[in-house]
Amino acid sequence: MGFLEELKALLPGRVLTHEAALAPYESDALTAYRKRPLAVVLPEGKEEVVAVVRLCHRHGVPFVARGSGTSLSGGSLPVEGGIVLALNRMNRILRLDPKARIAVVEPGVVNLEVSRQAAPFGLYYAPDPSSQPVSTIGGNVAFNSGGAHCLKYGMTANHVLGLEVVTPEGEVVRLGGESLEGVGPDLHGFFVGTEGLLGVAVEITLRLLPKPEAYHTLLAAYRSLEEAGNAVSLVIRRGLLPGAMEIMDRLAIEAAEKAVRAGYPEAEALLIVELEGPKEEVAEEAQVLEEVIRESGAYAVRVAGSEAERQAIWKGRKAAFSAVGRLSPDYLVQDGVVPRSRLGEALREIQRLSQAHGLRVANVFHAGDGNLHPLVLYDGKKPEELERAEALAGEILRLCVRLGGSLTGEHGIGVEKKAYMPEMFAPEDLLAMERVKRALDPKGLANRGKVLPEVVHGG
Amino acid sequence: MEVRASTLGEVVEAVRAYPRLRPKGGGTKPALSAPREGEVGLNLSGLSGILEYTPEEFVFTAWAGTPIAEVEEALRAHGQYLPFHPPLKGKGATLGGTVAAGLSGPLRHRYGGLRDFLLGVRFVDGEGRVVRGGGKVVKNAAGFPFHRLMVGSLGAFGVMVELSFKVFPYPRATRTLRAKMPSLNEALSALERLRLLPLDLLALDLVPPATLELRLGGFPKSLKARLEGLKALLAQGGAQTEVLEEDGAHWEEVRDLRFLEGSPIWVKVPAKPQEVARLEGLPLGPRRYLDGGEVLYAGTGPEGLEALRRAGLPHLVLKGAEDPLYPPPPEAFFTKLKRALDPRGCFPLG
Ligand SMILES: Cc1cc2nc3c(=O)[nH]c(=O)nc-3n(C[C@H](O)[C@H](O)[C@H](O)COP(=O)(O)OP(=O)(O)OC[C@H]3O[C@@H](n4cnc5c(N)ncnc54)[C@H](O)[C@@H]3O)c2cc1C
Ligand SMILES: Cc1cc2nc3c(=O)[nH]c(=O)nc-3n(C[C@H](O)[C@H](O)[C@H](O)COP(=O)(O)OP(=O)(O)OC[C@H]3O[C@@H](n4cnc5c(N)ncnc54)[C@H](O)[C@@H]3O)c2cc1C
Repeated sequence: MGFLEELKALLPGRVLTHEAALAPYESDALTAYRKRPLAVVLPEGKEEVVAVVRLCHRHGVPFVARGSGTSLSGGSLPVEGGIVLALNRMNRILRLDPKARIAVVEPGVVNLEVSRQAAPFGLYYAPDPSSQPVSTIGGNVAFNSGGAHCLKYGMTANHVLGLEVVTPEGEVVRLGGESLEGVGPDLHGFFVGTEGLLGVAVEITLRLLPKPEAYHTLLAAYRSLEEAGNAVSLVIRRGLLPGAMEIMDRLAIEAAEKAVRAGYPEAEALLIVELEGPKEEVAEEAQVLEEVIRESGAYAVRVAGSEAERQAIWKGRKAAFSAVGRLSPDYLVQDGVVPRSRLGEALREIQRLSQAHGLRVANVFHAGDGNLHPLVLYDGKKPEELERAEALAGEILRLCVRLGGSLTGEHGIGVEKKAYMPEMFAPEDLLAMERVKRALDPKGLANRGKVLPEVVHGG
Repeated sequence: MEVRASTLGEVVEAVRAYPRLRPKGGGTKPALSAPREGEVGLNLSGLSGILEYTPEEFVFTAWAGTPIAEVEEALRAHGQYLPFHPPLKGKGATLGGTVAAGLSGPLRHRYGGLRDFLLGVRFVDGEGRVVRGGGKVVKNAAGFPFHRLMVGSLGAFGVMVELSFKVFPYPRATRTLRAKMPSLNEALSALERLRLLPLDLLALDLVPPATLELRLGGFPKSLKARLEGLKALLAQGGAQTEVLEEDGAHWEEVRDLRFLEGSPIWVKVPAKPQEVARLEGLPLGPRRYLDGGEVLYAGTGPEGLEALRRAGLPHLVLKGAEDPLYPPPPEAFFTKLKRALDPRGCFPLG
């Protein structure tokens, strides 16, 4: 039997090979890239994933795990001649144990579903990517996804306590456990963020946190992006530690306003600050925050007086990405990080680059952790606009690294940024990553062609 | 035998010169850092000092041999601290030793442990190559996260040379509530209840047989109100409560693991509140459960260690045993990583 026949025998009726059925899997949210896989398989349990990975290993066929395909860096882009392991059907929460404050889930569980199921116990799952109504825990784990509330409680890696992983050679390993503390090397922590290059996560143990008692959510309008950026520094310098600090620029505000009518004031820049915690503590912090915001030059301030008003403030922010998308036929999102104190400088430079390349750039970002999200707007049908957009995006990445930051805060390297890895890492660093990849995946089957640049110079 | 390395170059040289090395920050966890037969000790206490610290970024970078005490002094000057609360600070623990051992103290309850605050590493692998992982900003998802691999690694993958951490502002004021519960059972039900509430406690410890210690941080006025609420809540379970207004010295003693000092063997045991009853049945000496019951630090003798092993409970010995880690890390994953970074087996473990 050939590879495909064996595959079909393993998962009868759940191997897609027809062109029309494959089409939705040809790209992820980075639509500029597109590849047709040999087949898409739809496993329903971890034994099936193990069997498929072992079959791939035996035949030397590359595979790409896929959650909801919302990757913005081409992480779930198929490999030609390889298969896609679509994990959406593995979407059961296997155990939710409020006393232990954990949830054990399959990789295809959608992020928001965990919080929804935990809510009756007063618990929630903290990482909140804007894509949380669709993106999966498996994808979040692969990318170490973040969200608006990372400054205080960290990213996905900080909330994964244990993993069951199928290695690229088809071995099944358990990494970590159920406790917040472990002994021995933090192997599960290491797996998170390796973008599916070291295996497929088939079971994930997540930590749950008590839902904050009180929130204080504030929206402040500024005459310039820089003023908003400086306000963030003022908040930090005053010793406050908000749960979230987000900034949107004019283009993003207008787009969000058009899309969801959040009721935002007109402004060059909007800052959202959210305090969270015990109500007495939040009340005290709110007074300090009010002072800081007043000093920061905000000309309009709105404080959410109810949960509905809080949701309204967040609605515009969370919709900003897709809203900006509607302003333009196509867009590229970057998510480089800069030290917080250099935000103003970075934004000025992005503005300049935008003008120089003749393309609009909208900014909506996690200011609290210096994580930029410039959206480069372009029209793929116009000759060479994609190339220009990519060149501009590349300049922005270099800028972030030059300022002492990172190529990506949460969207991952994928295929899109791998050529830029040598800007951030020395040849020795990249060679070490390669050696690790080769040791765990000698045939190079798991998510081939992602993260690691083709040629590591020097060495 | 012991050699010293006080610069990156000297670390590289040592790794190339000796077939088997065991790094040592200074030796607060001798079960881990004392050289075994055939090993050369690599003393890193000279590889010390803070390299970069920008308070406004909540980030600092330091040489791996820097004592925790030195770091905390620099942070305190800007009202900041290491929220994972590294133990044994007063005994001279270093950043590298803390990361390699994978240890966090009582205040980890509020924001998380060591793994949640380590941002980046530069290390020398088993072939003498200098490798960097992670970064120096609070958020970063680029490349394989070698820094997280170092947490609890016992130095298995390389000698850490430089480490970057995230830090936070220290609370304006703190108070501690000590609650003596009628029995272990009542202490455990109170603990389970507290864990589900949004109290933002700095620390939540269980001291057997039946005492809970809660530490709060925040604005003085808010602390007062919150303390009253907690007292009322605990009184329902029959607690006798006492408030420590000046609680700094007490928690310094706890994080230095003073309560273990009379014991020949010191051991760390990952746990859950649901496992406490079982652990309490083992022949262990002085002990304390930190972070709402998520981890136990216990003093014991050989029989306690034996009992932990027989019960199949994972643990790490900090002092008093040859074979510190149980169980060994999972073969299929660990051995391959080890082979990639330390192919000749220059470093401990595996
Ligand atoms: C509108 C929009 C908003 C977004 N907002 C955010 C945000 O705020 N923060 C953020 O961090 N990201 C954000 N993203 C990016 C994206 O949603 C995340 O990267 C998300 O984690 C991807 O999840 P997914 O299920 O769609 O994974 P996919 O796109 O299907 O896969 C992502 C990567 O994970 C791998 N993978 C998937 N499952 C597994 C598994 N079980 N084991 C191993 N590897 C696996 C894939 O191979 C691929 O490399 C956004 C995307 C969109 C479109
Ligand atoms: C009772 C007592 C009192 C002391 N008082 C003082 C004092 O007042 N002032 C003072 O300065 N010193 C003091 N010391 C010295 C002190 O022991 C050392 O400075 C301290 O032990 C540092 O050890 P550590 O905690 O860093 O971990 P260690 O016990 O040295 O190491 C723990 C583990 O980490 C590994 N490791 C350590 N560093 C690295 C690295 N860079 N890379 C990879 N792996 C690594 C080791 O191999 C080991 O596995 C005292 C010691 C004792 C016993």
